[in-house]
Amino acid sequence: MHGLSFDIAHLLAGGLVLTSFMLLYQDRLYALLNVFALQAFVLFLSVAWQAYAQGAPHLYVTAAIALVLKAIVIPGALHRIVARLGIHREVETIGGIGLTMLAGIGLVALSMVVILRATPAAAPLAREDLALSLSVVLLGLLMMVTRRNAVSQVVGFMSMENGLILAGTGAQGMPLVVEISIAFSVLIAFIVIGIFLFQIRERFDTVDSRVLDTFRGERS
Amino acid sequence: MNAAIDATALLLLLPAVSAFILACVPDYRLSARLNSVSSFLTFLVALSLLVVTPAPGPYLFVDDLSVIFIILNSFVGFTTSLFSAGYITHEIADGRFSPLRLRFYHAMYQTLLFAMNLALIANNTGLMWVAIEMATLATVMMVGLYRTHQAIEAAWKYFILGGVGIALALFGTILIYVAAQPVVGEGLDGMVWTLLIRRAAAFDPALLDIAFVFLLLGYGTKVGLVPLHAWLPDAHAEGPTPISAVLSGLLLNVALYAVLRFKLLVGANPAALRPGPLMVVMGLASLLFAGFMLYRRGDIKRLFAYSSIEHMGIIVFAFGMGGPVANFAGLLHMTMHSLTKSAIFFTVGPIVQAKGTQKLTGLGGLTVSQPMLGWSLVIGVIAIAGLPPFGAFMSEFLVVTSTFAQSPWLALVFSIGLLIAFAALAMHLHHLAFGEAQGGEAPAVVPIVPLAAHLVPVLMAGLYLPPALVARFQQVAGFLG
Repeated sequence: MHGLSFDIAHLLAGGLVLTSFMLLYQDRLYALLNVFALQAFVLFLSVAWQAYAQGAPHLYVTAAIALVLKAIVIPGALHRIVARLGIHREVETIGGIGLTMLAGIGLVALSMVVILRATPAAAPLAREDLALSLSVVLLGLLMMVTRRNAVSQVVGFMSMENGLILAGTGAQGMPLVVEISIAFSVLIAFIVIGIFLFQIRERFDTVDSRVLDTFRGERS
Repeated sequence: MNAAIDATALLLLLPAVSAFILACVPDYRLSARLNSVSSFLTFLVALSLLVVTPAPGPYLFVDDLSVIFIILNSFVGFTTSLFSAGYITHEIADGRFSPLRLRFYHAMYQTLLFAMNLALIANNTGLMWVAIEMATLATVMMVGLYRTHQAIEAAWKYFILGGVGIALALFGTILIYVAAQPVVGEGLDGMVWTLLIRRAAAFDPALLDIAFVFLLLGYGTKVGLVPLHAWLPDAHAEGPTPISAVLSGLLLNVALYAVLRFKLLVGANPAALRPGPLMVVMGLASLLFAGFMLYRRGDIKRLFAYSSIEHMGIIVFAFGMGGPVANFAGLLHMTMHSLTKSAIFFTVGPIVQAKGTQKLTGLGGLTVSQPMLGWSLVIGVIAIAGLPPFGAFMSEFLVVTSTFAQSPWLALVFSIGLLIAFAALAMHLHHLAFGEAQGGEAPAVVPIVPLAAHLVPVLMAGLYLPPALVARFQQVAGFLG
């Protein structure tokens, strides 16, 4: 892969990291969901571009899953859940947005150093995709740690997964990427449908996981 | 060869078909029976692997290492299904299970067995990942089954931590592929175990190092290693008791199997880091941490969940030390722990049902109020604490002696960990078994068959190990390196 097609792949992967940063500083749930849909759209473009550039038509399936499920269906469903639960006002963050962003920058630097040092021999695209996707994974993890609200934790989890899909598609000719992305989508769909809609909503007035925490531990 | 292919296919087909049938059967007595029958057939198929070893395909394969895991898994899966039949009858009578939820429960039980079998016979790193993810999903559903506050919180925590673990493991899997791709070539070959392990020496060692760290953290979450264990006690405590038995006895082992496979792969490259020390550190941390945590438990199922963390720590420590003796001890301890811990949950289930509480303060003097269950629990706890004449004593003894030969200081710390955990269990056992009798003396159905099927072999193993078993374990121990 040379010249323009390399640059486009690179641009799209970088766009994914950028949207991950945008996720970090959203403080309203609706905005958070919109940015997530944007990230899923960037992922769709990135995977579709890889499918075209690598000549791997099966990756179009993964791209389609990203577009339909993650850019449209799941954000839509979460929108409705948020509206019904009336929790659209604010998202709490731990440690403030400035600190979170700084930590995010640190994590991106870390993943660049770790991956680029370890892979001098690998194909240039695969290695930069790996570095960028590790950044997305770590930023997703950071988001899950800094958010208390269950909806934003799920969004963090899904953005983590976007990073993994990017890594899988960037590795030239990796088998089972489609199957893996389907398996992940099933996981997410089950969780969104099951735990949220039926159970947490059934039992809790709020989906703030701090409320869940009050029930934890030893009840002696 | 034809028959051999059938064995691996059957291991998957039996649970998969049963899951569908059980989802449709409304009568719970019938479905409980079908559940046991199907699990028993799976166990028979697993035994047949001892006779015929199927030829490896691009997706499925069986070798000496996986045979041990498969047989142990399907055996405990079968006995737990027997226990579960009695358990759910009581839950139905109590109104805690609706018929619809029960169908879901049985279908999920078989789905879980299917996913675990698939993980154990997968010849493909990606397939193994999908299988373990599926097992996670099935257990999340089961843990949240009672839909109480606590059950949902436990399921949520398990989903979040399990999901993070699964994601890290996938990143590691992708890194392994990236490492393998220049050597093995593009496409499916880059994920096939049997090909990877043969060519691992030519892989880029730096990539393998990073990959192993991700895989150990990812699958280690599912093994319940400290500091990634937080989901484990809650998941054990809040789900139905048969699921606690399956989690401790089986699912932790499946994750451990994945770790061992990748340890083999990284170990096959002389330039990569030694996976042993990492595993030793995590194992030792789990042992010590869980040992201390055992003291202040107030809930009987959480108590034994922490004991599972402790024992997984011992097992990972043993495999991390490596060498024929420590590996042998690790395999033996894993077998003993699976059998004993699920037997303990077989007694805990009816005890909790009879007394109506899981709190240790509400459970006391069990040998007086429910003698049969009480004494079974005493036997189980003595066995799990590692006292002679039970099997776990022998395996722990082997771990200590083989460690002592390599590094005495580690053996000392390890022994201290064992003693801490032992004292904690002894303290709780005294209260549970011989304290003042508390709570009701409601009659409880004793699951005699599954209990005997687990505790008798555990006792036997401490006194006499059949030479065929020893030979097989030694062979695998040598192969693990």
